[in-house]
Amino acid sequence: MKDNDLIINIENLIVHYETEEGTVRAVNGIDLKMKKKRSIGLVGETGAGKTTTALAMLRLIPDPPGVIKNGVIVLNGENILDKSVKEMENIRGKDISMIFQDPMTALNPVFTVGEQIAESIMLHEDVSKKEAYERAKELLEMVGISGNRANEYPHQFSGGMRQRAIIAIALACQPKVLIADEPTTALDVTIQAQVLELINDLMEKHETALLMITHDLGVVAEVCDEVAVMYAGRIVEKGSLEDVFNRTKHPYTEGLFNSLPNIKDRKAKLKPIPGLMPDPTNLPIGCAFSPRCPYANDICREQKPVPRWISSTHMVECSAYDDPSFHIARREK
Amino acid sequence: MDKTNVVTKSSVAASRKYKKNSQLYEIWRNFRKNKGAVLGLTVLSIIIITSIIANFVIDYETQIIRQVVPERLQRPSWKHPFGTDQYGRDILLRILYGSRYSLSVGIVAVMVSLAIGGVMGVIAGYMGGIIENIIMRSCDVFASIPALLLAICITTAFGANTLILMISVGVASVPAFARVARAAVMTVRDNEYIEAARAAGATRMRIMFTHILPNCMAPIMVQTTMRVGSAIITASSLSFLGLGVPPPAPEWGSMLSEGRSFIRDYSYMTMFPGLAIVITVLAINLIGDGLRDAMDPKLKR
Ligand SMILES: Nc1ncnc2c1ncn2[C@@H]1O[C@H](COP(=O)(O)OP(=O)(O)OP(=O)(O)O)[C@@H](O)[C@H]1O
Ligand SMILES: [Mg+2]
Repeated sequence: MKDNDLIINIENLIVHYETEEGTVRAVNGIDLKMKKKRSIGLVGETGAGKTTTALAMLRLIPDPPGVIKNGVIVLNGENILDKSVKEMENIRGKDISMIFQDPMTALNPVFTVGEQIAESIMLHEDVSKKEAYERAKELLEMVGISGNRANEYPHQFSGGMRQRAIIAIALACQPKVLIADEPTTALDVTIQAQVLELINDLMEKHETALLMITHDLGVVAEVCDEVAVMYAGRIVEKGSLEDVFNRTKHPYTEGLFNSLPNIKDRKAKLKPIPGLMPDPTNLPIGCAFSPRCPYANDICREQKPVPRWISSTHMVECSAYDDPSFHIARREK
Repeated sequence: MDKTNVVTKSSVAASRKYKKNSQLYEIWRNFRKNKGAVLGLTVLSIIIITSIIANFVIDYETQIIRQVVPERLQRPSWKHPFGTDQYGRDILLRILYGSRYSLSVGIVAVMVSLAIGGVMGVIAGYMGGIIENIIMRSCDVFASIPALLLAICITTAFGANTLILMISVGVASVPAFARVARAAVMTVRDNEYIEAARAAGATRMRIMFTHILPNCMAPIMVQTTMRVGSAIITASSLSFLGLGVPPPAPEWGSMLSEGRSFIRDYSYMTMFPGLAIVITVLAINLIGDGLRDAMDPKLKR
């Protein structure tokens, strides 16, 4: 993979929410590279810090209480954490855009769908209102909605259509990076598949890099080239789809797979991961997963694990691999 | 069978027609159900129409301010249904003509406070933090001064004329508007579509005034309507005290003031302007109440 395909490079990103009850350590040092036309799935339980990571990339962390403590996010060779408010407004929507989780609430109820798409064009391009509206119609057609419905209000659209309209808004200025924060959780299964396919197609067409945030491993398998598994604000395992799905290394990733129903062996009992995510205001000293990990030893509980590269693409963060004979129960496929 | 078909078809057509503005239509439909509100709207419309017609059919010089000594202090009769005052001027004509002062002062004053208070409230509600604190605490300071007292201060400082009256009455209700707008913005600003607008690169100004504001129109509209009523009362009170519209203009408050010394023997001189104020304010408040109920989402099915 050539390095000039690199679009966004996140290094050692740390985000805290400083609330009155204490400091929520939402993101604790994340490294992530996104490349042209590649899609990364960011998976993890609720509260893992996925949305926080995404918002940090747009500098939209609610402040207060959120603070980006450390890190660089390099886009086009420049660190966006150094940009002014004005420069950020230009970057948002043009270089990086985001699709939000709930299509029912992500459109403004007082404007027509066409107006909203046209607005996102006019924010970044010097076009007349009429031209923008024409483009909006084309964009609607692109996501599979008849252009003459542009003058309808969001409440006249179904959930799937709204999500399509939102995708049209996000792609209106052909951004380099598209972040999709659980874009399909609010949709029913058939629509879900259509929307995923649409995102996939458009990504190919526009050479966009995609960050797909989800807790659905099925979605990841369908859409993504790479997977990053997040736990308590850290990426604990990262690699190509095959690396993570077929050569699983981290006990937490294994736990995620075990808690999925298996069609081939329906009698097998589901094994949800025991316990809950640690309180992000009070993370364990050692590995954050150690309290729930079936393989945890004393080192795990006392020392923070360090990233370990198993191959050039596959990274795992688990101290148990200090012992060369260690392996998890899930077999390689 | 056929009949039901027809019914559903026509209702589909009807719903299509109104779907465009379903929010407004929904409000109007709820509003119409409220008898008091409809009465208020009717009365206010009549008052507004008379004040416009009065402009064309009543002559200010000869019918409103000219003194007709032989006809002074006449009780209500067919010729002068509301009687005449101590200068022989017809009270009915004066009241009809005077409606313009109350209405225009009320409306302009509220526009002043809406413009200032609304902008302050939107900024405070959206920005939060120090800016919000500064704006809202200074509003608290202003709000702790009684509206009438504040208006008196302003008119005495800048002189008594209609424009100053409008501004001073308006300034007094700036804090109320700021509070309502701030509260409304705070309920809207955390919506996902606002976050989406931010993610699309909209500027802060744009988000505040084109994305958030249109979504908080309901409480602001109700507040505006209600405040017109109280602005009319404040304006009349100031005129009553000689700090508002100066005589001989037939402002209702100054008519009350003029009639004050005759209240024992010629009470109609104060009764009719007083009634005019009460009826106008009541009509406006009925409309405001109706709007509030019509916009209350809890009443929607
Ligand atoms: N505005 C905030 N103030 C304080 N804490 C916050 C705030 N937003 C998020 N957090 C905390 O930060 C942590 C990470 O939250 P985040 O929303 O990034 O999780 P997530 O991985 O997106 O979860 P989900 O799958 O539920 O969307 C959580 O512990 C959450 O409670
Ligand atoms: Mg989230």
